[in-house]
Amino acid sequence: MMATIRESLIVQQERDLVVCRNRVKEVAVKIGMGIVNQTKLITATSEIARNMLIYGGGGVMRLEVITRGKQEGIQLVFEDKGPGIADIQKAMQDGFTTGRTLGMGLPGAKRLVNEFTIQSTFGKGTTVKLLKWKNG
Amino acid sequence: MATDIFEILRLNKQQILQLWLQNQQTDTEFSDNFNTADELRAQSAEFVDLLLSTLNENNIHDFSSPDLEPLIDYVSSLTISRARQGFSPRETATYIFTLKDSLLKVLSDQISGDLSQLYQATIQISRFVDNIGIQSFETFITGREEVISQQSDEMAELSTPVIRVWNGILAMPIIGTLDSARTQVVMENLLQGIVDTGSSIAILDISGVPAVDSLVAQHLIKTVNATRLMGAECIISGIRPEIAQTVVHLGIDLSQMITKATLESALKFAFNSLQLEVRRIQKDKVI
Repeated sequence: MMATIRESLIVQQERDLVVCRNRVKEVAVKIGMGIVNQTKLITATSEIARNMLIYGGGGVMRLEVITRGKQEGIQLVFEDKGPGIADIQKAMQDGFTTGRTLGMGLPGAKRLVNEFTIQSTFGKGTTVKLLKWKNG
Repeated sequence: MATDIFEILRLNKQQILQLWLQNQQTDTEFSDNFNTADELRAQSAEFVDLLLSTLNENNIHDFSSPDLEPLIDYVSSLTISRARQGFSPRETATYIFTLKDSLLKVLSDQISGDLSQLYQATIQISRFVDNIGIQSFETFITGREEVISQQSDEMAELSTPVIRVWNGILAMPIIGTLDSARTQVVMENLLQGIVDTGSSIAILDISGVPAVDSLVAQHLIKTVNATRLMGAECIISGIRPEIAQTVVHLGIDLSQMITKATLESALKFAFNSLQLEVRRIQKDKVI
């Protein structure tokens, strides 16, 4: 049994993104996740954390190693108290952006992980939950 | 209040200074002190002077009070100058905290009769000097943070070299994270390199980039487009298998760009388009 990993990282500036990515990578290596899944999860982390920073004005990333049956994986919850997303369906479309980016962040991140949930209250903030299994 | 503790302290300024200097000398922390004794004495005298002249019963409870600003500024500049001389934060903090001992010693000598007043005064002075210590510590950390951000700027400059691998071929290895500020530097250096060397092919090697997310991809696309506007071709090399899979899942279309798995194949491609050929010399023919 390895010690359960459960921690929070604050995302307030661009250099925090590097810290988040590195920490996710460390944990992924620790639980023995393959290099492809590692890279997918790190990329998804990068997308969501950056969205949180740019549109949500920063927030918190909660990292947790979870087990469900025989599967082991990493769950990441991103929480901000920003303006929220007006139309989630639209935000989840490829190529939709309110900024000047490619508009692939949210839908792309969803394709990179096993489970993806997004909740947003307009004016109150956004919560994104990612889950990636070790062998998923 | 029977006696004014601030008045007591002011009247015994010389004694406080003497005690403080003595404490500093007996303190082992200061064994390898490389300030000259005179310098240290002058600095300590100035500190005590400033402390006793600004401290009064109103601002002793309120460290953010505006009339304490000169004292706080002095503590900050003292911390910075000591840090530059190579003192550790512990040494500077100890220096400040030994002042507390001498202040309290004088107070206990002078108001030994009234224990409750002595107790009150001790707590007040103690808190105040602790605050000075915290101020010094904060200054130290702020200074360090400035150094760190300065270094990260320097690193961004240093780590993006443009290498001329062949006549007309430039290579630029990118190592680390490709954020917006970094991309700006990369793009500037690359475009300038194209102008300076008159190269027609630029190879951007991303083997050292840990992850390619949509922003990095966007930066790459922009760099390639800008290179094309300059009349040169840009090849992205060093796309690792896991990066390729991730980019596909992410849904980013990089098919408009020339991409290669390794720097070697990018170089081959570049030689090809410049109609160059690399061949092994047949030794027996030379002889």
